[in-house]
Order: sequence, then C-alpha cells, then structure tokens
Amino acid sequence: MYTLSAFVSGLVFGIGLVVSGLVNPAKVLGFLDLAGAWDPSLAVVMAGAVAVGTFAFAVAGKRASTLLGAPMALPTARGIDRGLVLGSLAFGVGWGLAGFCPGPALVALGAGKVKALVFVAAMLVGMLVFELLERARSDSGIGTGERARPSA
Amino acid sequence: MSIDWTAFTPWSAAIGGVIIGAAVAMFALMNGRIAGISGIVGGLFRPAPGDVAWRLAFVAGLIAAPLLYAIVAALPPVVIEAGYPTLIVAGLLVGIGTRYGAGCTSGHGVCGISRLSPRSIVATLSFMAAGFATVFVARHVLGN
Repeated sequence: MYTLSAFVSGLVFGIGLVVSGLVNPAKVLGFLDLAGAWDPSLAVVMAGAVAVGTFAFAVAGKRASTLLGAPMALPTARGIDRGLVLGSLAFGVGWGLAGFCPGPALVALGAGKVKALVFVAAMLVGMLVFELLERARSDSGIGTGERARPSA
Repeated sequence: MSIDWTAFTPWSAAIGGVIIGAAVAMFALMNGRIAGISGIVGGLFRPAPGDVAWRLAFVAGLIAAPLLYAIVAALPPVVIEAGYPTLIVAGLLVGIGTRYGAGCTSGHGVCGISRLSPRSIVATLSFMAAGFATVFVARHVLGN
C-alpha cells in the first residue's frame, strides 16, 4: 500500500504539473523573465499548491503515524547553512538556463521529449557527483573503495 | 515590468496548483513524507532496505502522468528552447544544487513554505532570485 500510495501521489503530482503548465519550460521562463513580458502564472500555481499544502501539513504535523500506519517522516532539519544557500543558488541558475526543475523534467521525459531525457540524465549525474563528494568528505581521506560506503 | 496577459493562464494555474497540493496532501497523510522531487530521486543514490521501492514508485507516477493525461485530453505544448549544451549544464547545476540545497521547487517551494519552514523560505528566495537573475542576464544582457 505504501508503494502504491507513492505511485498515485507521483501520478497526481504529475497531472498537476501538466495542468498548471509547469511542464512547459517556455512558460516557466516567461515567469522568470521579470524584465520582459511577464507571465505570473507560476505564482498562481504556487499559491494554489501552498493553500492545500498548508492545511495538509497542519493535520499531518499533529499525527504520530500516517493513515496507512507508517511513521511520520517529515523533515526536522532547522539550520540555515552555506550549503543550503549556495546549493539553492546553483539550482536557480540551472532552472533559469533551461526552464526545468526536477519534477517537470521527469514529466516531460514521460511525454517523450528527448531534450528532457538529456536534462534528467545530466541532473542524475549532478546528484551522483554530490554523493561522491559527500562520501569523500565523510571518509576524510582515510581508506578507499568499500570502506568509502556509508550504510545510511 | 509588463504583464503578458495573453500568456497568463490563471485558471489552469490555479487548478493545477490545487492538484499539486492534493498530491502533496496525500503523500504527507498516507506516506508521512514531503513530496520533494529532488530528495525522492537523490535518495536513490543512498539505497537502504525498504527505502527504494516507494521512491521508484513516485518517480514512475510522475513519468506516467502525461501518458494518463494524453488518454483524456491532448497534452499541452512543451517548448524546450534550450540547446543540448545548455541542457547539460543546467541539469548538472540542478542536480548538484538541489542536493546541496536539500530541496527544489516542490520540497522547499511548495512543501516547505506550506510548513512555514525558515530553511525552505531562505532556499526558495535563493533559487527564485538566481532564476530571475539568470533569465535577466540570458535574455536582456547577452540578448539571447
């Protein structure tokens, strides 16, 4: 049930991205182009999603387990560090270059767009680079190979 | 700034936003997690027992969404102006950036703001500012 629920959540999320127009990079760039002919649609998408989300998290935050009986696993991190800001800035540059963020790129991939496939492949490589850098850092240069693999 | 009223689609944006919110609500209440796409995908690089199937299922749902939509109605156009080199650079930046930044438009922008998380508000302001600046430079400085 947990896996099925994740699938349906992803499916509904993707439908929302299609309906909202966010799967179309040209529309996203129209929103990010404040100095040109500005398309405010994305702000309306965010407002609609946050309105429903606020209600959902108010309910979820009061529960110890989910409706399926699984433990709540909402984020608990609170610190604002350099990685958060610099990482988000780098993400924003990539978003502004292509008009794709991760969710819409995956949906566009499903729609059969070869360019979305290339973007997603590069994104996965970027995520892999992060993992390798983090592993190298947590190993602090001692040992190589199998030792370099945290079990988390 | 001038608003492009011909491109502005408030109704489909609002309906799409509410559908995204419904997916976020379902995932929070059923699975107890935030629907942050970069975190869901990125977590696949740290596979742990019992932690892989639901991630793959969520991603499969995203990829299946346009197929399901296309059964009911024609898919709206997807116009990707960026060339391949730009897409590769952009993809790398989005991949590395969302992992160091611990989230993207969905995890920080939608879920984090819904939870009034200070971390997510800072992250969202950061990537929005960088997105605005990048498009400004690309379109109005470099004249692309």
